[in-house]
Formats: sequence, C-alpha cells, structure tokens
Amino acid sequence: MRFIILSVTLFLSSISILMAASMEDKGMEIAKQRKLHNQGWSDSQAEMLMTLRNKSGHESIRNIRTKTLEIDDDGDKTLTIFDRPSDVKGTVFLSFSHPLGNDDQWLYLPALKRVKRISSRNKSGPFMGSEFAFEDLSSFEIQKYSYKYLGDDSCGSLSCFKVENIPLYKHSGYSKIIVWVDNEHYRIYKADYYDRKKSLLKTLTFSDYKQYNNKYWRADKFMMINHQTGKSTQLDWKNIRLSTGLSSKDFNKNAMKRIR
Amino acid sequence: MYFLRLLLLFAFLIPSLTQALDVRGYIGVSALHFINDPLFDKQHQHNQQWSLLSEVEFYQAWNNDQDSVLFTPYARIDQYDNERSHFDIRELSWLHVEDNWEVRSGISKVFWGVNEFNHLVDIINQDDFADDINGEEKLGQPMINLTLLKDWGTLDLFVLPGFRERTFPGENGRLRFPISVDTDHARYESSAKDKHVDFSVRWNHTFDDYDIAIYYFKGTNRDPYFIPDKDSNGELKLIPYYNQIDQVGMDFQATLEEWLWKLEVIQRNDEFDNYAALSGGFEYTFYTLFDSSVDLGLITEYSWDERNDTTLSQFQNDIMFGARFAFNDVQSSEILTGWIQDLDYTHLHSFKIEASRRLGDSWKISLDLWLFSNQKYNPLSKDDHINLTLKKYF
Repeated sequence: MRFIILSVTLFLSSISILMAASMEDKGMEIAKQRKLHNQGWSDSQAEMLMTLRNKSGHESIRNIRTKTLEIDDDGDKTLTIFDRPSDVKGTVFLSFSHPLGNDDQWLYLPALKRVKRISSRNKSGPFMGSEFAFEDLSSFEIQKYSYKYLGDDSCGSLSCFKVENIPLYKHSGYSKIIVWVDNEHYRIYKADYYDRKKSLLKTLTFSDYKQYNNKYWRADKFMMINHQTGKSTQLDWKNIRLSTGLSSKDFNKNAMKRIR
Repeated sequence: MYFLRLLLLFAFLIPSLTQALDVRGYIGVSALHFINDPLFDKQHQHNQQWSLLSEVEFYQAWNNDQDSVLFTPYARIDQYDNERSHFDIRELSWLHVEDNWEVRSGISKVFWGVNEFNHLVDIINQDDFADDINGEEKLGQPMINLTLLKDWGTLDLFVLPGFRERTFPGENGRLRFPISVDTDHARYESSAKDKHVDFSVRWNHTFDDYDIAIYYFKGTNRDPYFIPDKDSNGELKLIPYYNQIDQVGMDFQATLEEWLWKLEVIQRNDEFDNYAALSGGFEYTFYTLFDSSVDLGLITEYSWDERNDTTLSQFQNDIMFGARFAFNDVQSSEILTGWIQDLDYTHLHSFKIEASRRLGDSWKISLDLWLFSNQKYNPLSKDDHINLTLKKYF
C-alpha cells in the first residue's frame, strides 16, 4: 500500500515538474519570438511628451527626444535629450545598456559643460521624477529575465500570452513582471509590476500601435499607473523614425557636448 | 550698460529669427545676505547685496548640422560691487563636424576633471571669481580646438590665442582678501602679456568602468601670484602676476556600482618651482534610501599640494566631506552639503550647503549657504552668507 502511494506521489510530482518545465520553455519561446519580431531596425529616433500626474490630477510636462542604436547580442545604445522643463534643457543622457551587467552611463550638464560618468546601479530609481524607473525604459533583452508561461488571456480584440518575467538583475526593483503579449505580432499589451515585497506596484498599458518599415510595431502611447500612490505617467510618442542611418559615432561622450 | 543694450538686441532679434534660431537661457535675481558686518573698512556696509543676472544662448546650425554657431553672452549687475557687475561672452564659436574629427573656433568653454570640491586639472578657462567663489563660473576663452575621434580614444588639440585675467571682487565688495586686487595693472612673465599664445593637448578614453584623461599644457598660468604694491593713489593693492608654466595633468574615475573613485593629479613647472598636487577620493551612494526615491551620496575628497603653503594653494593639505541628497521628485530637488577642513591649520575650515528645486515648469530657486571659520587670520571670517537665487528659464 505504502509502495503504491509513494509511486502515485512520485508520478504526480514528476508530471508537475515536467509541466513546470514546459511552462518555462514556452515562456522562453514567447520571449524569443518577441525579440525576433523586433530585430533588425538598426536605429530609431523619436520625440516624447511625458505627462506626470499626481493623485489630485496636477500635471507636469517633460519633452524628451531619444536616439537609439540597436546592438546585436548586447543592450542598445541610447541618447536622451531633455527639452523641457527649461531648466534642464540641453541636458543629455548617454547609456550603453548591457542585459545583466551594469550599464555605462554619462550625463552632460550644459551649464558647466561637464560630462559626468554616473553609476547605473540606480536602474530601479525614478526617471525624471516619473512613475517610470530607468529599467522600465531600457531595451528588451532575452537574458534579462527567467520566464514562465501562465496561460492565454484576451487583451482587447486580440488574444494574448500571459507570461511571468522574473528579473535576473540583482538590483532590479521588481520581484516579478507579468506581461501580456499578443499571439499574432508578439507586441506587449500590458505589464503588471510587482515590488520586492511581492505586492502589485504598477501597471503599464501600451496602445495605438503603428507599423513602421512594414515590419516593426511601435506603440504611440504608454500609460503607467502606480497603484500604491495613485500617481501616473503618460508617454505620448511622436515622429517615430526607424533606420535613419545613425551609427556608433553618434553615441559617444563627444557627441553629447554638441547635440541639440 | 551692456546689459540693457543686450536686452534690447534680444528683443529685436527674437521675433524676426525664431524660425531659424534656437534661443534658450535664463534671467535671474540673486540676494546675498551677510550674517555679520564686514571686516574691512572699505567694504560696503550693507548686509543685503542684490544682483540681476542673465545668460542667453543663441544657436544656429546649417549644412545638415555639420556647421553651427553658438553665442552665449552673460551679464550680472550688482547693487554695490562694480567688479562683480560685469559682462562676458561665455561663448562665440563656430563648430565644424566631420565623421572622425571636429573643429571649434572662437570663444568657448571646456571642463576637465572629476572631483566635486577642488577642480585641480581644469585649466583651459579662467575662473570668474568675482561672480562666484565656488570656482564653477568660468570666463570664455579664445581657442581653436581640433578634436580627433579614434579607436584608441579622443585627442583634443588646443591653440589658445589670448589670456583672460581672473576676476576678483572690488574694494567695496565682500568675500575678498584683506588688500583688494588691482585687476587693471596685472603683470606677466611673458613680454607678450595677455596676448601669449598657449597650447594644450589632451587624450581621454573609456575602458569599461574606467574613464581616464592625460594632458599637457604650456602657457600662461591661470592661478596668479600676488605682488603687494601701491597704486597711483598711493594705496596698497595686490597686483596679480601671471607667469609661464609647463603642466602635465591626469584625471581618472572608476565607476563601480555604488562607488565612484576619483583622482586628479598635476605636475607644474614655473620659474620659481616644480611641484605636484593631487586631489581625489570617493563618492558612495545609497540608492532608494529606506525604500524611498531619495538617493544619498557620501563624498570624501582629499587635496594636497607639494608647496605646502596655504597662501599659494587653498588646498595644500585639506580634507572635504560632503553629502548629496537627490530627491528624484517632480521638482528635481537636490541638496549638497560640504565640510572643508585644513589639516595643517586646524582652525581653518568652512561649511557649505547648496540646495535647489524647480518651481512650476520654468522657475528654479536655489539657496547657497557658506560658513567660514571665525578666526582673525581668516579674511573671510565675517563673510558667512546665504545666497538666494531665483531664475526664470526659457
């Protein structure tokens, strides 16, 4: 009798291990497809209007331009140029991101004409006082997370895969991120961010997707809502251009000093 | 009244050329409040000292952004101190950019270094010391700067025709030496005086987490010696004396997670001496302090000068402790506090707080507090002050 119980228990637990393994494989497969569907655009330029809203609805506005260079087998290189608020106009942020290690980051302070190398340890800190952390805005790289497929779910008019992403970066501000990825174009539809204490912290929703170069999808609108503070940050993208001919010489300390 | 003329000029230029021109800058008002009465008779006897200040940047690019001109006038009008009321062209330069090189010609500003307190290696631009005692306000320097971008790093070559004298507060101004500086009769080692052509070459490169730069400079010393002498009215003044120097310098920063390790070193050779000086330390940051969005950086920097003479270098053997709070809030609030302690003359120390935050969308308020050791040999002992500045950016 004891033998039979043991066997059944062993059988059941090995099934659950096998199922878990296949859920992880499927999660990884979705991540790979997500990356594959968004590869080869080479570089991009865009303008962003960032609207910060506090609990009582008070708004403050930031205008930002970004230039991004796609790097094979590594994180992207990004230049961020601040146009508003006007006291930070001319400030430039340069980042060479790496999936797991620390990013290389520099900040150009126009009043002093000083390029400062800064620590990237702060990936979980807020970007420009907004509800976005630096890590929320960095490029998607497969090596950044471990994955688990949680099932199918509807998302708007589409059907989505629901996948749990667990950050592997030790200083990430999140215990997990649940993402909804549509099963046709592998575009991200929604993400739930859980803080280090495992409570739901923020939800990011992407909308107004448009296709560029007949292949790549970009959302015009990102909406991040912080459930714990009631604050939100909305990003409205404009003038998105892909494959504009940027190269690594546009992404260095010297270029920061003269970019407008 | 350069300032008024300038404002009129802007008023005419802006509406007609907005389409082509990029114009940005600020206009501000600053209130210095001195806690004590002045130490010296000829200093103005008011505890409040107001000034108006403005810096505006005009930028025009053409040829697909490969060519551009930048013009940045700066002006301050001070209520009492005529030396502090001044106009300067911070920038008036033409930049031409090619794939692997660029040339900037005209008046410009260049910053070198990594430290927070003592900007030891920063030599191209002269200090605008009358404007601000922090050593971060600089005068525009005429230059031709060729930058070569190579796989092995960035090489900057400078030809610097003409020299800018350091500015100092006037006789009736605060924050000055016991004897005021006569900036109208500066003396030079070189017979070319302030027309001497200086040269410099600097290489800098990044190796993963390490940024390094090495340079050579030959020309007029930016730091004057002082000769006490009588002026035409028979009054004792300090006459600045600028000699010729050869200097090599190095700056280095290691960026290792929460740690920034910094070092600046120079070796300077002039007609009197051949000496070294160094300044370096670390900044350690506690990110998202107590799970808030606040970052706290702790800074320790040490400075040493081989001449070991406080009259020649303020930082001959000094230690500096600082704490930087970045609130990462919507208003970008920041506080930097610092304690500077002389290790040879332990009665000499000073304390400062720099705090700032944005108001609304385009205003910024900043508060600077300086406290100096109240010691009779310290000329700044009665100059403890609070400086409140409000700027409107556009």
